[in-house]
Amino acid sequence: MLELRDVSVSFANFNLRSINISVEKGDYFILLGISGAGKSMLLETIAGLVTPKQGSILLEGRDITNEKIQRRSVGLVFQDHAIFPHMSVKENIAYPLHGRHETPSEKKSKIQKIAEQIGISMLLNRKPSTLSGGELQRVALARTLIQEPKVLLLDEPLASMDTQLRSGLRGLLRKLNRNGQTIVHVTHDYEEALSLGNKIAVIHNGEILQTGSPMEVFRQPKSEFVAHFTGAKNFYQVRTLKRGDYSVALVNDKVCIHLAGEFEETNGYINIREESIIISHNRIESSAVNNFEGTVKDIIPSRTGMEVVIDMGILIHAVITRESLIQLEISEGNSVWISFKATAIRFIPA
Amino acid sequence: MSKLQPIQLVFILLGALILLFIISPLLGMFLATSPVSLFETAKEAEVQQSIWLTLWTSMLATILFSVAAIPLAFLMARKTFPLKKLITGIIDLPVVIPHSAAGIAILGFVSRNSVLGKIGSSIGLDFVGKPAGIAVAMAFVSIPYLINAARDGFSGVPVRLENAALSLGASPSRVFFTISLPLAWRNIVSGLILMFARGMSEFGAIIVVAYHPMVTPVLIYERFGAFGLKYARPVSVLFILISLTVFILLRFLARDKEDLETSHNSVKR
Repeated sequence: MLELRDVSVSFANFNLRSINISVEKGDYFILLGISGAGKSMLLETIAGLVTPKQGSILLEGRDITNEKIQRRSVGLVFQDHAIFPHMSVKENIAYPLHGRHETPSEKKSKIQKIAEQIGISMLLNRKPSTLSGGELQRVALARTLIQEPKVLLLDEPLASMDTQLRSGLRGLLRKLNRNGQTIVHVTHDYEEALSLGNKIAVIHNGEILQTGSPMEVFRQPKSEFVAHFTGAKNFYQVRTLKRGDYSVALVNDKVCIHLAGEFEETNGYINIREESIIISHNRIESSAVNNFEGTVKDIIPSRTGMEVVIDMGILIHAVITRESLIQLEISEGNSVWISFKATAIRFIPA
Repeated sequence: MSKLQPIQLVFILLGALILLFIISPLLGMFLATSPVSLFETAKEAEVQQSIWLTLWTSMLATILFSVAAIPLAFLMARKTFPLKKLITGIIDLPVVIPHSAAGIAILGFVSRNSVLGKIGSSIGLDFVGKPAGIAVAMAFVSIPYLINAARDGFSGVPVRLENAALSLGASPSRVFFTISLPLAWRNIVSGLILMFARGMSEFGAIIVVAYHPMVTPVLIYERFGAFGLKYARPVSVLFILISLTVFILLRFLARDKEDLETSHNSVKR
């Protein structure tokens, strides 16, 4: 559907180098990177606000690299919504419909329909200055979607929101994607990436470091940066189940890990920080509810200490100090116990 | 209630002196003019014609020249190009040139022998000693105020909004008229009022190009020269009163439009 081939962009004191991206119809494509990595610029290039120095952009096979902004059939939602302050919500949403073949009543019903879909029909006659950040973001979404763009480009749409608003908007984006909208979503939040995306491209310093499914990118990071950015070595796809008043995460349908708190039965991912894992020769009685027996598979020196890889049905990475390693006389092949608290686990629903 | 620092007292004192400096001569003039003389002056045909001439030539000059001045302001706000600093300087020139010198320059530019003068004559438009010349002189000295105010207005419109409009399918001209201009409008109106005011009060450039017909600043000067201070006062006071009324009215109309919008939208609900 959307392809970027060797796209390079030069702007003031920033460069995008040889970007290659392939987005298929119906994808929820995440561009993940820290602020300033070039993500916004990439979206603006796709939208036509910035011209690439070299490379080509193809939409449904058609080369749109030099196509005018107005003819590109992509919709861009800016990071800070960019709602026109001097127009009402209705006028904002109607803005892209100017000069088209629809009759005024057709336009009116289109606006009504999209407002209902996005959940802002009661805001239509309001002025932007009276709306909250979350409401404005929804208006921006409606305004872009009314053009029926082939690809929806989102620039950090959830950045300036509190948790509650965020989950509401996330649900809406997921729904739009499930209804067939192809989305390219830029973010620095890896949880957001996991929660929404089916494909992730990690971008840093103007380059794409890795592209793949969430599992590929997080489980097999191709570079130190990606691994550190995602911070996830103990990263697993799970299914949660309810057990009375708490939940467990089932990894590969065999390893059962206690979670802190109760969750709906759903699919998702868990991440356990390497530093939170305690190794011992015998099982310890403690407040930690997750205790497993396993075999030491590998010991690797790392920047912060010694990384011990243990097979307990799944591979777990634990980081301990050199002194501890020597004192406990841990070596490859040893049988050990590992323990970690339920609160050390991060659960991300998908 | 916070205690006033000594330095604040000094500032207040100095400020009061400045305000007094502005108000005293004007107040003195107002008090020295009897309502009777004011009334009599207002009835004079020459005075009425002069005030009317001043008003309409300045209004015409402002409106006509704004058609080109506003787009220029937009370019200055949005584009970078070589010699931009030089052009900024050129725009400000009329403010720093002595007004009589400006008048001499304009005279040479629009006189019957010049290119412009010949073209004008062929279509029946003369400048020297005519209202057209007055309008040109007014525009020359006052256009920097409009350009700079409009430029500030456009600079204050986030480029992001214009980009958003483009990405929503609007042509650059639609973006200008539906986004840039409306959002810069308050500054532009301020600039228009300022240009109008500056044109109304011009003297030095106008007397060179067109001593007659007499705009009121010229009439005041003539009456002073011919008959003295006492005879020039009533026209001065009258003109100031009318000017103030016009400006307050314009400012009121400009603000009122925005307030109307807000209340209109809350009624729509």
